[in-house]
Amino acid sequence: MMGSDAVSINPLQPQTAEQAEAIHVWNLHKRFGALEVLKGVSLTARDGDVVALIGGSGSGKSTFLRCINFLENPTSGVIRINGEDIEMVSDGAGGQYPANRRQIERIRSRLGMVFQNFNLWQHMTLLQNVIEVPVHVLGMKRDAAIAIGEQLLERVGLSAKRDVYPAYLSGGQQQRGAIARALAIQPRVMLFDEPTSALDPELVGEVLKVIADLAKEGRTMLLVTHEMKFAREVASHVMYLHNGIVEEEGPPEELFGSPKSERLKQFIRTVS
Amino acid sequence: MADGSIIPEALSQMLVLLSPSPPGWGGNLLRGLMHSLQIALGAFGMGLIIGTLGAYGKLYGSPLVRDLAGIYTTIVRAVPELVLILLLYYAGTDLINRILEASGYQRIDISGLVAGIVVLGFVQGAYATEVLRGAIKAIPQGEVEAARAYGMSPTLMMRRITLPSMLPYALPGLANLWLIATKDTALLAVVGFSELTLETRQAAGTTKAYFLFFMAAGLLYLLITLFSNVIVGRIEKWARRGMPSVREAR
Ligand SMILES: Nc1ncnc2c1ncn2[C@@H]1O[C@H](COP(=O)(O)OP(=O)(O)O)[C@@H](O)[C@H]1O
Ligand SMILES: [Mg+2]
Repeated sequence: MMGSDAVSINPLQPQTAEQAEAIHVWNLHKRFGALEVLKGVSLTARDGDVVALIGGSGSGKSTFLRCINFLENPTSGVIRINGEDIEMVSDGAGGQYPANRRQIERIRSRLGMVFQNFNLWQHMTLLQNVIEVPVHVLGMKRDAAIAIGEQLLERVGLSAKRDVYPAYLSGGQQQRGAIARALAIQPRVMLFDEPTSALDPELVGEVLKVIADLAKEGRTMLLVTHEMKFAREVASHVMYLHNGIVEEEGPPEELFGSPKSERLKQFIRTVS
Repeated sequence: MADGSIIPEALSQMLVLLSPSPPGWGGNLLRGLMHSLQIALGAFGMGLIIGTLGAYGKLYGSPLVRDLAGIYTTIVRAVPELVLILLLYYAGTDLINRILEASGYQRIDISGLVAGIVVLGFVQGAYATEVLRGAIKAIPQGEVEAARAYGMSPTLMMRRITLPSMLPYALPGLANLWLIATKDTALLAVVGFSELTLETRQAAGTTKAYFLFFMAAGLLYLLITLFSNVIVGRIEKWARRGMPSVREAR
């Protein structure tokens, strides 16, 4: 199970040996005090892969995603992003933390994270949110960032809202704006943590459509989701997490069509 | 007819006393007001800097830094301000001069303005620490997390996200601190600094027109407050630009 490579079935991105590894995680452990939340999770995502993470509440999906950009420090394990190994040093208390803050900041600025609760910056308009990281973290010229930002807002259908503050937008609009913010950094990989879970049911569709379009154009994505039908349609690889362990993984038609483990069968029954 | 002539005469006497140039004392009052405002501005600014450092120290500092910040805010807020001012002013200037003499320098005369700013700023800093700490804690954590997730360095995050986001929560408390700063300048009268209250006392004592001058001073303090309220209102409107008004949100 561990470390088996995700295989792309995306027709626009024929899988070849040359597809580089965007994210490589091996034997990741994470504990919060006495609670071991991740017990050796491995994953490899190559360019163009769409990996869906599914599993019950509390199974460790968010923690896994947050370890990848070091919002949480993994307790042990290897994480390689863009082919770059992240150096960790021991904190002397059984944990570890990144040796080089700059390296982490650089890597984070290439991973576009989309949160369950959008987390747009409330004191900035939508366009300001989108150009914030390109201008202030990546050092892009303001004019160039605005030009790109406007294109991205157009793409997610929010051109008319560019000068509106997030609090005045619907949840679906905020999440599409948050996706534009993630795209603006030209991310190597996009990380989605249940992007539609905080939305009213009638707003889920507009956000899923944007994500599906990104998958079609060959974006590399890690997607935590409870939308099984959607995962089946867009993912190239699905991982089922249970109690911090990858219970079963494989291509979506296999995983959803003929699940092997009893737990996964039950999980699919309860969520669909 | 008799009554009619008394009132204008009393009025014109008052105007003479209040006129900006001698024999009037208006100029002294205005000079006192300027000194008060200078000290209040300086002390408030210094309080903001100390408060920002204190708040970050209390929230994110090492255990030692947290303890030091805790001792500072506790002591300053526990001791009456008048006592602190006397202590810091006399002990502080004395200490500096002793240090200077011990290291072979001349004693210096520390200007009342600088001493006043430092003393009041030190007091303001303790309260500002608590105001800013509370405001930073009120920021939605998701916004801070997004800033981290996009690779912002701690200083960039402070400048671009934390400080602007906490401003709406800090402003009411900071506005209070500013008004307190303008009035606390009156306490510096005890160390002989010629701010508005001391100038007023001198004018009143010399002319025996106590009521007139203390009313005039009261009016000047009131004008500072009214003017401040207008400015604070504008800043608050700007700081809350991303937040629907309370009425809209209902
Ligand atoms: N910062 C934290 N401190 C302590 N426990 C945590 C923390 N974050 C998550 N957990 C725990 O880790 C487990 C997995 O959480 P999470 O990764 O959020 O699950 P999921 O996203 O799959 O619902 C849960 O039991 C949760 O309570
Ligand atoms: Mg979660």
